[in-house]
Amino acid sequence: MSAPDVQKMRELIARRKRWDLIFSLVGLLCMLVGVLTLLVLCADMARDGIGRLNGDFFTSFPSRRASEAGILSAWVGTSLVMLVTAAAAIPLGIMAGIYLEEYAPSNWITQLIEINVTNLAGVPSIIYGLLALGLFVYQLGLGESILTAGLTLALLILPVVIVATREAIRAIPREIREGVYALGATHWQAVKDHILPYSLGGILTGVIIGLARAIGETAPVITIGALTFIAFLPPPPVTSEFPYLSFDWLFSPFTVMPIQMFNWVSRPQAAFLENAGAAGMVLLLMTLAMNALAIWVRYRFRKRIKW
Amino acid sequence: MIEAALFLAAFSAVATTLAIIVILLSESLVFFEQVSLVDFFTDTQWTIMFTEKHFGILPLLSGTLVTSGIALLVAVPLGTIIAIYLSEFAPHHLRETAKPLLEILGGIPTVVYGYFALLLVTPALQLFIPDLPGFNMLSAGIVIGIMIIPYVSSISEDAMRAVPMAIREGSYALGATRFQTAIRVVTPAATSGIVASYILGVSRATGETMVVAVAAGQQPNFTWNPMEPAATITAYIVQVAMGDLPHGSLEYQSIFAAGLVLVLMTLLFNVIGHLLRKRFREAY
Repeated sequence: MSAPDVQKMRELIARRKRWDLIFSLVGLLCMLVGVLTLLVLCADMARDGIGRLNGDFFTSFPSRRASEAGILSAWVGTSLVMLVTAAAAIPLGIMAGIYLEEYAPSNWITQLIEINVTNLAGVPSIIYGLLALGLFVYQLGLGESILTAGLTLALLILPVVIVATREAIRAIPREIREGVYALGATHWQAVKDHILPYSLGGILTGVIIGLARAIGETAPVITIGALTFIAFLPPPPVTSEFPYLSFDWLFSPFTVMPIQMFNWVSRPQAAFLENAGAAGMVLLLMTLAMNALAIWVRYRFRKRIKW
Repeated sequence: MIEAALFLAAFSAVATTLAIIVILLSESLVFFEQVSLVDFFTDTQWTIMFTEKHFGILPLLSGTLVTSGIALLVAVPLGTIIAIYLSEFAPHHLRETAKPLLEILGGIPTVVYGYFALLLVTPALQLFIPDLPGFNMLSAGIVIGIMIIPYVSSISEDAMRAVPMAIREGSYALGATRFQTAIRVVTPAATSGIVASYILGVSRATGETMVVAVAAGQQPNFTWNPMEPAATITAYIVQVAMGDLPHGSLEYQSIFAAGLVLVLMTLLFNVIGHLLRKRFREAY
């Protein structure tokens, strides 16, 4: 090659390499746009709401006067609904996951179940609200209650729990299984004493992420008829009379955090918007804390179990 | 015994799907006994709350399509570039921190995004577009777009990472730069997965409720202009459900009909996605 040709080659290479650099910068910029915009938005919301975040805010009922309104009924409602959701979704999801991974024969029924699990994850959440309105509220007569809301959200996060369970089970090496069988264990013994304990970390991570999603869901809970103005608490689960346990709270009307926030953000007065900002902060911190917990659980279990 | 119980648990997924179909269809059928399908799809007014009732789904459809369209205009370029960057350019430790961070963004409650759209993005947009109304589809669409970036980028990146190393090495061996390899070799090879991420993004955007209910106004409005307020299918369902809703009334049944349209739309996107994926699938 002659000298001018080499020169041209070098220029070409330099030009092409410049594109590498340009794209790196563009990529970094795009990521910053996504992350920074959100940080700015969160900071701004915090600025609006921080003035309202005090003890009274957590111990007051909603009120017509913005400065006296609080989120007592909302956070109690959210906690109780989550309790029902967890109680329904965790056993059902883990059982379904175990079946699909351990017991399911490869036939069309299994395929049908798998397709359904995948598709349900893509169904808009408000459709679950319509399902619950038609099925739980009217057909089964559960009413517009905490029980209905908990079951609705349980259906919504079921695919998350199932997928997490399956992935956790799949990550267990074959040798463990073979060792267990070699010692004469039955299939169920292997599942109960080995597969399930070893996959607990992964399952727990999935459950927490699912619940974090359920806490923020608004649309399905509105659809089943949660109220926006609740100035009382559900009946307590523990009573002074025999049999000391009461499940009346399951059928109580309720509100949840995101609905309370939606209610405040829909009002034109600036004072209520401050309340919305404060409620948003609490909601955001709750979901972030749960996500952080999930990451921590995953990390702990990964460290504890080494194959 | 145990196996039967486990099977029942797994079968609940199928039961849920069946229940959704049965509920939506049965309530919609009652609705369509009173409203003709022709009116439903051709009338340009949706005024179910007024005394003079019109039942045209078009205004709700246009609202849904405009907000989702804007969301895609935001999320597709940003999400794709982020995915290419994270998969092909970013150093290892950056990718490991950025991925969970982006996934947390996807976990923020949507009503919080609605707050952002109404109280922060709209005022910011009004600095550039002075006569933008307080409720508009533009800011709702932009915020939904930001919201679905993590879905697009995460799944696209997984698809790109799944492209075998040998293909990249071949490209480098021929003297291609990183950028050339990423754009001309890895991206085409991962098209199937990238398309899947776009489809998931569209599904999320059309099904998104709270952002539009808070920020786009709740007035059905047959327009394709993003600067105007409008209602989407989802916003309408929420609006009706917020009010006192007598069981068996026409309003009650209309939200099921609207929901059915939403499900059919999502289904249509998924079928298109499936066909596209089959068309672009590459086997190694």
